Parts: sequence; structure tokens; C-alpha cells
Amino acid sequence: MRPASHWQWRLVAAIAAKEWRDRLRNRWVLAVAVVFGAFALLIAYFGGAQSGVLGLRSAAVTVASLTSLAIYLVPLIALLLGFDAVVGERERGVLDLLLSQPITRAELLLGKYLGLAAALAMATLVGFGAALVPLAPSMDLTALAIYLRFVGSALMLGLAFLSLAVLVSTVARDRTRATGAAIALWFGFVLVFDLSLLGVLVATAGSHASTWAPYVLLLNPADVFRAINVFGADALRSSFGLGTLTAQGWNAAATLYGVLLAWIVAPLGAALWRFR
Amino acid sequence: MNAVVVEIKGVVKRYGATPVVDGIGFSCGEGEMVGLAGHNGAGKSTLFKMMLGIIAADAGDILLFGEPVRGRRFREVRRAIGYLPEHVALYDNLSGLETLRFFARLKSADPAGCKDLLERVGLAGAMHRAVREYSKGMRQRLGFAQALLGEPRLLLLDEPTNGLDPEAIHDFYDQLQQLKNAGTTILLSSHLLAEIQSRVDRLVIMASGKLVATGTVAALAAASGLPAGLALTPREGARERVKGALLAAGLVPLDAPDGTVHAIVAKPHRMTLLRVLAGLSGDLQEYTLTEPTLEDVFLHHQRGTTWVERAA
Repeated sequence: MRPASHWQWRLVAAIAAKEWRDRLRNRWVLAVAVVFGAFALLIAYFGGAQSGVLGLRSAAVTVASLTSLAIYLVPLIALLLGFDAVVGERERGVLDLLLSQPITRAELLLGKYLGLAAALAMATLVGFGAALVPLAPSMDLTALAIYLRFVGSALMLGLAFLSLAVLVSTVARDRTRATGAAIALWFGFVLVFDLSLLGVLVATAGSHASTWAPYVLLLNPADVFRAINVFGADALRSSFGLGTLTAQGWNAAATLYGVLLAWIVAPLGAALWRFR
Repeated sequence: MNAVVVEIKGVVKRYGATPVVDGIGFSCGEGEMVGLAGHNGAGKSTLFKMMLGIIAADAGDILLFGEPVRGRRFREVRRAIGYLPEHVALYDNLSGLETLRFFARLKSADPAGCKDLLERVGLAGAMHRAVREYSKGMRQRLGFAQALLGEPRLLLLDEPTNGLDPEAIHDFYDQLQQLKNAGTTILLSSHLLAEIQSRVDRLVIMASGKLVATGTVAALAAASGLPAGLALTPREGARERVKGALLAAGLVPLDAPDGTVHAIVAKPHRMTLLRVLAGLSGDLQEYTLTEPTLEDVFLHHQRGTTWVERAA
């Protein structure tokens, strides 16, 4: 017979199912899907308005615009989704009751993450997927692949920030602090990081930048996401001024996806360790 | 004696340098109902959380069903425990039935039994309503139903009658009695010693994290040995006769401002008192004898020392 303390996926599933159902029921999934879908369509149709053009543009250009938007939006939504996963339960007083059940802390935390991740995945796939319906007829296979790559990497970006949010939630002493930490993370990764890097590049006049700057970008999941979607489109690299930031070797897609995956796994691992 | 279900030895929990639970030890046998009494902040809830393994003890041992709570068989141990936390909080967005089904899954209890449980705690009519709409008392009942999932052999109830009206409290203790008769061990806490003292088999009294006293209510009352207070209302002109009779019996009479004659009656004088009163029956309008409650003995006079220490 297996020892009773063996890992039990059944319990992980029970916790995940509750989180998932909660997000469906309070229409979180629907609301986020609508936001994603609406933005995708708006950008596809009106993204060229500033250059005096209306209507659908090439998938590469659309995805480049969508990428810039998703970098702000997706981390924010993921952080808001996950920051009170643990600390919120503690503050409401439910955590003690959960922890008194025949479940390990790791099972509880992973269940919460997976349930929230499923909700985020559903919203991302449905939202950007729905936008594909009007867009698809004007897309060829290459364009479709570019778009799908965008959706997939946006999902990974969201999961990475959800992972960070859950870590914040296990560390923060109360909900207020968790909110502050989540907002700080968003500012840090989405705004401050790139500005600082740009500042350093300008200050050093970009000397030897190609030897270190690309690696620094890997320290930011948002930049990895950008790299996946922008570097992939050769034609856009120069127009985004990223030509000089392309180091040899690491812009291979596998490395970028690997790093993004690490950004999903590592904070979650730290959260599991912290919550023991 | 029955099998030992709860065994607590020398348990200590500190937050910083302050001990919240300071060397507590006691045990509960199968089918026993034990009351854990103490003021708010006495360390009762912390002790419960350590018993459940939610927080770790800094020192000492806690064995439930002979197993360490945080040991390898923690799942079996916890499955056999029903816990009702103090200030029970549940999910506002779920209905009563959904709440129970969720916890039933976590506890590997049969979800088919959830409706019966809700009926048992008097929530059958509200099972499909969101917990958000529940009153404090209804939440407490739902919390109790949750604790009964999976037919636990040990119930840990932290201030279980919080928010219940007197009738509900009565029903609640009736249910506990049935569970106890069926062999369930029950440890329940209260800051109202008076409420539980007549309902439990044994009391464990805590103050400032320390064990103050433990035993049956009768034994504690006897051990406390506190004197009773006597107040006599003499008839017109009989005051001096009454006082003289008290003096003759070895009691010290005191004139109270309300015109009554007071005396402190220590344990050995209880029976003498009967004779004195019988002799004075023509001189008295009224008499009252005030017994100290256990609450007076153990909880109201905590001034840095425990009752046991003061008595020594």
C-alpha cells in the first residue's frame, strides 16, 4: 500500500477546480477574454490609423503592435489574478481551515496556481482566439503562425507573471502589502527595467552592448516575450531598433521559450518552498 | 481507561520571546468531552492550531491517535479530525451545499452525505443559498457541519457557540452529547467557563499560555476550597442575637451597608452553618448563600500568578 503522505493529484484537482469555477462564475474569464479580443481587433483594424490607413494590415505588423500592448496588459492581469491567492485566504480566515484538511501545503498551492492558470489560459485563448475569426480570412499560413506564436507566448508571459504573483502572495504579510508588491513588480518589469537598460545603453553610447545587453534582457520575462514576437519577424527588427541587440545563438526560439518557461517554473518553485 | 486519543506533553509556542503556549500537557480518552477554558488570549486557539499541525510547536509532543500530527501519517490523522476554527470563515460566493462538497472532496468524505449533514445542523432550507447571505449563527452551523464531514473520531471545536443564540447552543450541546455517546472524542474551548462547566466531563483551564488546573468540575470545585458568602437579614431587634450566634459558631459577622449581616463561610464551617441557621429561624427574614463559580476561582483573579501557585 502507498504511504498516506504520497502526493495526491486528486486533492490538487479539487483546489484547482474551485479556483477555476470561481473565476468562471464571477465572469473574470469572460471579462478578460473580451478585453483581449477587443484589443486584438482594434489594433488589427485601427492600428495603422496614425499613418493614415484603416483596415487590416499584415499579420507581422499587427502582432508587433499587439506585442507592445500585451506587454503592459498581460502581466497586469496575471498579477491581479494571483496576488491574493494565499494572503487573501489568510486574511479572510479560510486558510487555517484549508490547512487543517488532509492536504499538504504544496498540493494546496499548486492546486491554486493550476486553477488560476487555467482561468488565465481560457481567457487568453478565447479572447485572442475570437479575434482570429474576423482576421483569419485575410491571413496566409505564415501570418497565422505568427499570430498563434503571439497567442502562445502571451499565455506563457501571463503564466510567468501569475507565478510571480503567487510568490508575492506567499511572502506578503497582508493583502495591502501584496497589492503594493504586485504593482511594484509590474512597474519594475514593464516600465523601469527597459528604461534603465535604455539609460545605460545611452550613457555608455552602446559600446560593447551586444556582448551583454541581450543577456540582461533575459532577466525580464516581458522582454523575452517581446524578443520572441519581434525578433521572429526579421523585417521588424530594424524598425524596432533592436538590430544591435541580437546576439549570436540565443535568439534561437528554443532558448527564448526555455527562458520564459524558467520564468514560470522558478517563481512557482520559490513559492512552494516558501509556503512549506 | 479508554484508549488515549489526544496526548499533549510539555508543548511550548513562542512568538518572539513571548510564550503563547507555555508547557501545556494533558490528555483526552476516547469518547471523552473535555472543555478547554481560558480568557481570550490564553493560548487556546494556538494550541488547536498546533494540534492540527497548522503551526509547529517550539517544544513538546502532540500525539493524536498515537501519531505525531506532522508525521508521515498526517493524512489519516487529519481525516479523523473535525475542526471548527474560531471566527469560522467560509467562501461567501459558494452555497452551503457547495461549501460542504468542496471540503468533502478535500477530506475524501462521501459527498452524498452533505445534504444529511446540513439537515442535521438545521440548514436544509438554506443549502442552496450563498453563504454571503448567511447570518453569523448559520455560518457557525455550516462550519460545524464541515467539522462533521467524514465522521471524525476527534472533534476540535474552537469557541463553537460563538454567535449562536441560547436555543441553538442548547441544540448544539445535545448533538455533541450524541456524538460523544457514539464514541467521538471532543475537545472544545470557551472563554465562558460557566457555559461549559456543566456540559463537559473534564476541564482544562488555561491562563496566559499556562495550565492553571485540570480535572472534573466536582474535583475542581472541591479543590478550589473557596469560602461561600453568607448574607443574613435579621428581623427587627434580632441583629445582636444573630451576630452573637455567628460568633459562637466561629464565624466573623460584619454589618453591611444595606443592613444585612455578612459572614465568610469556609469549607469546614458549612455544616455548622446549618445548625446556626436552624437556631436563628425565628430571628431571620431572609438569608442567601453565594457559592463562588469556577469562573471566579480560575479566571477572574489572574493577577500574574496562576491559581495553583496562589493556593500553594
